[in-house]
Amino acid sequence: MIDMKKIYLDYAATTPVDPQVIEAMKPYWSKKSGNPNSLHSWGREARKAIDKSRKITADFLNCQPDEIVFTSGATEANNLALKGVIEAFRAVDTGKTPHIIVSPIEHHCVLDSAKHLEKQGIEVSWLKVDKYGLVDPKEVKKLIKKNTVLVSVMYGNNEVGTIQPIKEISQAISHQPSAISHQILFHTDAVQAVQCLDCRVDKLGVDLLSVSAHKFYGPKGIGFLYIRKGTKIIRQQDGGGQEFRLRAGTENVVFIVGLGKALELVMKNKDKEKKRLTLLRDYLIENCKLKIENCYLTGHPSKRLPHIASIVVPGAEGEAMLLHLDDKGIAASSGSACTSGTLEPSHVLLAMGIKPEIAHGSLRFSLGKGTKKEDIDYLLDVLPGIVRKLRKMSPRAG
Amino acid sequence: MYSKKVLQHFKNPKNMGKIKNPDGVATVGNPRCGDIMKMYIKIGFNHHPSSISHKYIKDIKFQTLGCAAAIATSSIVTELVKGRSLDEALKVDNKKVIKALGGLPKAKIHCSLLAVKAIKKAIENYKKSVKTDTKKRR
Repeated sequence: MIDMKKIYLDYAATTPVDPQVIEAMKPYWSKKSGNPNSLHSWGREARKAIDKSRKITADFLNCQPDEIVFTSGATEANNLALKGVIEAFRAVDTGKTPHIIVSPIEHHCVLDSAKHLEKQGIEVSWLKVDKYGLVDPKEVKKLIKKNTVLVSVMYGNNEVGTIQPIKEISQAISHQPSAISHQILFHTDAVQAVQCLDCRVDKLGVDLLSVSAHKFYGPKGIGFLYIRKGTKIIRQQDGGGQEFRLRAGTENVVFIVGLGKALELVMKNKDKEKKRLTLLRDYLIENCKLKIENCYLTGHPSKRLPHIASIVVPGAEGEAMLLHLDDKGIAASSGSACTSGTLEPSHVLLAMGIKPEIAHGSLRFSLGKGTKKEDIDYLLDVLPGIVRKLRKMSPRAG
Repeated sequence: MYSKKVLQHFKNPKNMGKIKNPDGVATVGNPRCGDIMKMYIKIGFNHHPSSISHKYIKDIKFQTLGCAAAIATSSIVTELVKGRSLDEALKVDNKKVIKALGGLPKAKIHCSLLAVKAIKKAIENYKKSVKTDTKKRR
């Protein structure tokens, strides 16, 4: 009995922890398991490990170590960014209603945080994106008002891979009319961008930046929020004074060590991986177009993350395609309504103007460390047949 | 997430296809999630003197664009109504569909409703065409 091939093409969903990261984490489970807040040598040892990871992170972003707040992941970081900034603004400017500007293709943790704030009386403006999912910096500028406090636009989109012009958006925000007396903060969710894009905060011009370790071969359950010095923000998790009084709770030393090591590996391999993944991604996209009739790329053709290949296949439904792929040992994901749990098709695809019937047939393949050309070839062998089978089953229009 | 039966019907659906000259046809869709089901039925006549309801579903085929639950519910509903009288077919509700599949996740129950709707609509379509024929003959 031949073992079924297993090809993982869902790296944007999560990644396996790198063996070097596991090695780095090991001593901190039991041997060096002190509470970093303790005075004694166990505590100091744990504190030293956190400081090391914080320094690595600061080097990665080209910022100061005390501008890094470790969290349980990007979801928590995004919640802290939006809610923490608004709470701080309201504490000072009790009369004014704060206004935030958010892109419509953010991850749900940003969208839902914004909607939560909207329910509390905050004004929210939703940007528009073009057919590729790109935000126009001029549009951001148009929406800025006297009471604008924060703009949030993700660096690279997780569904379609489109890379936003973060630097240009930052410039548009900072060239605000002098009538606005306070500085407008710029937050970016950089979860998918860490592996391959330049995340130096001075280059990007951001004040807040969120990251999750499990997207770059670190463990699930750890991430961080970069907060530019001087940013007024109130913690959302009360308790002890950890993380510069911005995130209470005994620090997750093991996972912070893991995050640091994972980032070190990203810095070491970035350029090589970026080139390799881009080639594989483009090979996948070109061949899908060749082998599957009537299939389209979603997201920007060139301003896209090196590891994400997203397509729509009209006439076949996303979940059905995923299940057939899974049967053949291939892992992927989809933005179809049937896979969403809420029965709504992907908000990202809809915001890009893709009709619900087309969004129905969306597929996302995301590549990673373990992806080889023969994996893509296997997918290309298998997928056209799946599409043909499902299209044959579906009623034709008219 | 899915029962064994659902996956069976998804991978090897029964009665999938078209009927060239159907007696009844209907297309139903769920605007939210985008599933589309099309049912074709062929009516047979049971000439047994004791039969109360002599019209039955002689043949039935379906075409579906949708998720595994949509394909499975279409497939199983055709099995549940094939060979049954029109009255019996109309009595097949979504609970029977779900039971026959060994259960459906909560989020997919709407697929079973859609499948039942497709059968009802196809039968209605047939009945309407018969009425029209009768009218024409007069």
